[in-house]
Amino acid sequence: MSITQSSASLFTTATEEKEGAFSARYSLWIKEALDELPHSFTITDPFISGHPIVFASPGFLKMTGYSREEVIGRNGRAFQGPKTNRRSIMEIREAIREERPVQVSILNYRKSGSPFWMLFHMIPVFGNDDGRVIHFVAVQVPISGRKMRNGSGCSEMVFGSCRREVCLGSYVHQERALPVECDEQELENWEHCEASESEKLKSVEAVGNVLSVLTRYSEFAGRLVCGKRSCLRVADCLSSSLVISLGRIKQSFVLTNPCLPDMPIVYASDAFLTLTGYKRHEVLGQNCRFLSGVDTDSSVLYEMKECILKGKPCTVQILNYSNRKDKSTFWNLLHISPVRNASGKTAYFVGVQMEASCKDIESKELRPETRQLSVVGAVRVAVRSSFMVTC
Amino acid sequence: MLKIKRVPTVVSNYQKDEASDGSVGGCGRNCLRACCVDMARLPLYVCKKVEDSGEKAREPPVAFLESLVLGEWEDRYQRGLFRYDLTACVTKVIPGKYGFIAQLNEGRHLKRPTEFRVDKVLQSFDGNKFNFTKVSQEELLFQFEAGEYEEAQFLPCMPLLAENSPSVVAINVSPIEYGHVLLIPRVLDCLPQRMDHKSMLLALHMASEAANPYFRVGYNSLGAFATINHLHFQAYYLAMPFPLEKASSRQMITTDHGVKVSELLSYPMRGLLFEGGNSMQDLSDTVSDACICLQNSNVPFNVLISNCGRQIFLMPQCYAEKQALGEVSPEVWEAQVNPAVWEISGHMVLKRKEDYEGATEEKACRLLADASLSEERFKEVNALIFEAIGCSKPRGGA
Repeated sequence: MSITQSSASLFTTATEEKEGAFSARYSLWIKEALDELPHSFTITDPFISGHPIVFASPGFLKMTGYSREEVIGRNGRAFQGPKTNRRSIMEIREAIREERPVQVSILNYRKSGSPFWMLFHMIPVFGNDDGRVIHFVAVQVPISGRKMRNGSGCSEMVFGSCRREVCLGSYVHQERALPVECDEQELENWEHCEASESEKLKSVEAVGNVLSVLTRYSEFAGRLVCGKRSCLRVADCLSSSLVISLGRIKQSFVLTNPCLPDMPIVYASDAFLTLTGYKRHEVLGQNCRFLSGVDTDSSVLYEMKECILKGKPCTVQILNYSNRKDKSTFWNLLHISPVRNASGKTAYFVGVQMEASCKDIESKELRPETRQLSVVGAVRVAVRSSFMVTC
Repeated sequence: MLKIKRVPTVVSNYQKDEASDGSVGGCGRNCLRACCVDMARLPLYVCKKVEDSGEKAREPPVAFLESLVLGEWEDRYQRGLFRYDLTACVTKVIPGKYGFIAQLNEGRHLKRPTEFRVDKVLQSFDGNKFNFTKVSQEELLFQFEAGEYEEAQFLPCMPLLAENSPSVVAINVSPIEYGHVLLIPRVLDCLPQRMDHKSMLLALHMASEAANPYFRVGYNSLGAFATINHLHFQAYYLAMPFPLEKASSRQMITTDHGVKVSELLSYPMRGLLFEGGNSMQDLSDTVSDACICLQNSNVPFNVLISNCGRQIFLMPQCYAEKQALGEVSPEVWEAQVNPAVWEISGHMVLKRKEDYEGATEEKACRLLADASLSEERFKEVNALIFEAIGCSKPRGGA
């Protein structure tokens, strides 16, 4: 490692780490190229716990009033507020879960606290080589208000027309639209605010532009991305929605796939990486045996293997070897269990690690055993639901 | 008196045929009656004092209550306390615009249907029939109370004292989905299945505290396919939206306490949506008032608490009555699917393979349409409800 690299890493902030993770996917100058685009957009990474924003355009920062540091690392929901309509939130959440595009109007809040309506247009970006969702790109187009031609009392009329439109179940587009200053309170009370055709076209154009840049720079990097899934997701890649669900679980655990040769790890939580001292790319695709070493009791390993073959849960105390700086060993109270998906068949095994020294019970906390089992439960819910697709 | 052949569900391993159990005292089953209750020790979870609506939207990690529910549930699951392995039941989304969810669950229903009076929403508690004081303590997960402090409290081992009127969370031994539990307010008081303000608020607290929009709490009145006449709510995890939650709605009125009441549009069944309110208590009280009004008017209904307690669906229904009069679609009857709160929300649990394989959106819609009140009757019922919650005629007409 060169001197410049090591000093750079000394000063790396959390923001830079996330941005670095984003840039690593593409060739050099990707951020500069994206910065040149005039649109407001954000890029999120579903494979980082919390599904955070990893890139925010200058247009987005200007529109919301936040600085880059305040935005990178936050989830998109941070810009929603008390009056944000639940249906739009749900539509976005479901589009993410189903890895498909979505275009909805939604009320968001600036840093100042003032609300504004915008057209939110999001698309998944797929890796060409493995068919999985690499990022989500979200474009924001502010929606200008509408004014009735005979406009007596602007805010009242606009409020009235939007609500009446909702009641009639159809959306009337006023041709002579003028941007109008509306009372902020009124804005919050609108149940819906339809974007104009031109605003919708703007969002499509913006999405296209961002995707072009990403495609071009991924091509240079030799790992092409595209807006459409070009191949079925490979077996050892989890869907982004499953990864997002698993990202909520803060304990150390892994998922292994018993249907693949040598039962490799297909998911490892951040806490697992911290506990074992390994990097994610070092453990994915590997069998867990790398954690065992010279003094690991082979009869315990045998017991585990038997349980896996029988498809039964088990808890063992096993000596593991970490890759932490001190290369220390630790006693791992490991619980493994088969996990079924929506087809009713075992799709994965979950392994939940607990460092034995953590067994001290704090009176106000859950028993460690309960906490360990809660990880299994949360994984079961996530796996079962993520596999339910329309047939 | 109307009677139908219900398809009952066993919710506890200690649920027997109604007529047989007449024993009093000294059962040796570790239940909650006077014979065993002194020995009971359960964790106690006390909710934090709820702030008014308008919390910051964030992507929360797994909350403490969720860990408690999941951890204890997984413990009972591994100990074999459930009648079948729920995760082995295949499930899918039915193609169509609503996204109904179908599950093939052959183990959930008893083979022999029993008789149950379905034409009265209010019926007195009958100690001779099965109730939740008869469950084994191992089926109980923890005590659950609404709290007064800024932070939630957790006490790992507390006795059940009758003078405290403890509320408990128990497993449903015939689960529909993972984490299927029963919330039993004031279990030792032996309240009949009848909505009241305190209990509704407790249910809302649970939904809110679990902090997971995919953990819904449901309620079935008698006559709307409640299984047991002992006050209880149900809840479980399913990380997908329910069709009911996706239904669009049209606002009808707002109460003086800021509770917004809307009617559902474009859903096969008519119903109301309650949301907002100046506080959780306001929302809870408004919905309770509406439910009590329906109870007193002998209108069966189901309640779905959704989105961490921020949206509450109230669905009056008349399926049982139609069934008794022989007016339901014959196909639907054959599948023996009773439209309780989960079915009405769009989650269809089917007991036969041919029903699962042949499940279509059309069939699901027909079931809901059969359960729905007619337009006219719905308007009448709404008028009663609006009066009960202290509102005059809705704005914009019905």
